[in-house]
Amino acid sequence: MRLLNTKLTEQNVNGINLHVIETNKYKTNTIVLHIRTPLNKETVTKRALLPYILQSGTETFPSRLEIRSYLDELYGATLGVDVSKKGENQILSFRMDVANEKYLKDKTPLLEETIKLLAEILLKPTKENNAFESSIVNNEKRNLSQRIQSIFDDKIRYANMRITEEMCKDEPYGLSVWGYEEEITAVTPEQIYEEYQAMLVNDDIDLYIVGDVQTEEISKLVEKYFIFPGNRLTRDRKEVSVNSNQKVEKENEIFEEQDIKQGKLHIGFRTATTYNDEDYFAMQMFNGLFGGFSHSKLFINVREKASLAYYASSRYESHKGILMVMSGIEFTNYSQAVTIIKEQLKSMQSGDFTEKEIEQTKAVIKNQILETVDVARGYVELLHHNAIATKKRTIDDWLTGIDQVTKEDIVKVGQKVQLDTIYFLKGKGEK
Amino acid sequence: MKQILFEQLNETLYHETLENGLEVYILPKEGVNKTYATFTTKYGSVDNNFIPIGDKESIKVPDGIAHFLEHKMFEDEEGDVFQLFSKQGASANAFTSFTRTAYLFSSTSEVEKNLVTLLDFVQHPYFTEESVEKEKGIIGQEITMYDDNPDWRVYFGVIENMFHHHPVKIDIAGTIESIDKITKDLLYTCYETFYHPKNMVLFVVGAIEPEAIFQLVKENQGKKTFKEMQTIERIFDQEPATVAKTKEVLKMSVHTPKCLVGFKEKEQTKQGSELLKHELSINILLDLMLGQSSSNYEKLYNEGLIDDSFSFDYSAEKGFGFSIIGGDTKDPDQLVRTLEEMVQAFTSSPLDEKAVTRAIKKKIGAFLRAINSPEYIANQFTRYQFNEMNLFDVVDTLESLTIEELAQKAKEHFDLEMFTVCQVLPK
Repeated sequence: MRLLNTKLTEQNVNGINLHVIETNKYKTNTIVLHIRTPLNKETVTKRALLPYILQSGTETFPSRLEIRSYLDELYGATLGVDVSKKGENQILSFRMDVANEKYLKDKTPLLEETIKLLAEILLKPTKENNAFESSIVNNEKRNLSQRIQSIFDDKIRYANMRITEEMCKDEPYGLSVWGYEEEITAVTPEQIYEEYQAMLVNDDIDLYIVGDVQTEEISKLVEKYFIFPGNRLTRDRKEVSVNSNQKVEKENEIFEEQDIKQGKLHIGFRTATTYNDEDYFAMQMFNGLFGGFSHSKLFINVREKASLAYYASSRYESHKGILMVMSGIEFTNYSQAVTIIKEQLKSMQSGDFTEKEIEQTKAVIKNQILETVDVARGYVELLHHNAIATKKRTIDDWLTGIDQVTKEDIVKVGQKVQLDTIYFLKGKGEK
Repeated sequence: MKQILFEQLNETLYHETLENGLEVYILPKEGVNKTYATFTTKYGSVDNNFIPIGDKESIKVPDGIAHFLEHKMFEDEEGDVFQLFSKQGASANAFTSFTRTAYLFSSTSEVEKNLVTLLDFVQHPYFTEESVEKEKGIIGQEITMYDDNPDWRVYFGVIENMFHHHPVKIDIAGTIESIDKITKDLLYTCYETFYHPKNMVLFVVGAIEPEAIFQLVKENQGKKTFKEMQTIERIFDQEPATVAKTKEVLKMSVHTPKCLVGFKEKEQTKQGSELLKHELSINILLDLMLGQSSSNYEKLYNEGLIDDSFSFDYSAEKGFGFSIIGGDTKDPDQLVRTLEEMVQAFTSSPLDEKAVTRAIKKKIGAFLRAINSPEYIANQFTRYQFNEMNLFDVVDTLESLTIEELAQKAKEHFDLEMFTVCQVLPK
């Protein structure tokens, strides 16, 4: 085992999947709770509100202020909530981090208090008349509207959202995890509360605890505090089937205008390869060589050789099987950049890369994996892939999987890659 | 090598100054895969007026040259140094701030090779007219990217408002026009002056054996020759103790207005433990006044004046200091008025002792969390070192803060005479 001084134990406690990682690397303990649900137009907005409402008041700490003051008491334990997309799943996340009392003069049982607080945030929200408190709901509705609007202000994020919307119009993946403004206005505290109860009964819940901790003790704490209404003990994981084999009928080209200075060129490809597939590692390698790193084809040809951009890179969404290229260019360089990018795909598909470059990419990807597991939250993110997919892999599987990829594998997986949509955000009145 | 033991934190830091003046710090970490190293020069965007090494007359260089130089360092006769790092399984990067330029790598294998690569490429300038011209296209796009970014524009806008002359008001990357004036010779002049080992710090943290790493560095440095050591003379104009502008409004393609307010430090000459105490105090005060557990935050949030993009921060280096507060808001003018009232009320009423104790505890927890990160340790330690302070004094200094001192600092720093506003509004 290459992971020094770490022990991973996975078990079902009170119907949730508890993953404990014992390690003495950190001076704090990290707790991450992921709740997974299939992306769905009917529920996406309500779900996006939920973590923010939940972190705004519990039975013991009925306001945001009281929760935050208590966190400060616990030596500035942090609490952050988030909503994200992995494949066609919407993930609600709660992340906490608390100092290990070993490094403090004060010996308060910080970890137990933190676990207890997280359980309370999830399971005992402050209520009025069997619904969430309307003042909290109103605040979080406004906050969510602003969060949705702020995507427009960040042009890279905006272009990313738009291409996904256009490319996956008829697929759940095309939905925004933040929901929709018109739905925010309409939804009531009762409806959100109903959705919340459905979440507690139906959704996959994964709880990760990382630090200088004892697994047995953690299990006892989780058993004591995470008590769900109804019976979660017997339920199985729900698999979300993703159609990653969509054929591209015709290349889509979309132009949009805004009053901006730099054009945002985003290009979406279908790869027909996901985390569940055997050629997943070959696809990782393909992405690395194509646009993942500073030695990749896109970086060298778009940035270094043609001097067209500051960034030109690709990202592979492995639970959906989509590869996204993005770059910021001058409006007038659109055709040149698109031509260069298309050429790079062709040259990847025809095996125009060396064994040396393959070795280089392997070294960098393996380095990335090992660095990621050094960070508590990074380790959790890697493990969480297994909770989403049907395929289960250990960290060692990742390392050996990358090692075993051959040039033929990369060419083969590359030939499945098809350009689907080109999206270009350009200046007002630019040609 | 000297050993410095930090008992409470269970860390041992190794330190030595080499003959050529380079400061070397090594922090071994057990149980991690990664090693992270930074090689940093005390040279940033504010150093635009100085006497070049070996000269008598000062020169003024184009805005953005320190950042441009950072980009160009990655090129040598054989090509791109990024390539060499990735062949050795490492990821390399660099950044330029107001006062520093740092080169770094992280890797989980071939640490020694990567370390030598880091030392060698930073100590080997290679610029040609042609490659300098080519870089102008790339950095031009970097500048344009930031031009479209409202968060960056409002942040720099508020700093620009504060200063009359100090170059901290100039964007780190410069402008398309200013970088056009950069030449290969100017790059060499800046390089020779600021990349002297005496002006640099090497910090290595990770899965390493300190003695072996130190020997490697010493040997590598022993093979190289440098110009004679000399104190660098930087020239700064006298900065008035007022803000240059009290308000600026920018129009951009945004949906939500953005609003930042700032307090400029009247005079920032503090260094060492005095600066450490000062910046920790201002941070504690900001948290007491506007942190998520303050009644002010609750009020702003419930009134819909802020959302979860709201934040605050204090920055200080020798010569300048400021705090910046704000975020997205639907009513930027009302936010400014409310913040002004809150500041007034905060500085004129006594501090709550319980809240102070809690805020200090919170900061200690945050520090422990931060030092989980090798990146944080290396980057911050170097910054602290350049300001003659020690990162590992943070906990003790926090524990030593008194209510009286904090109250005094609050009155000094949050002075509405030194207040300025920058807003980005939809076009």
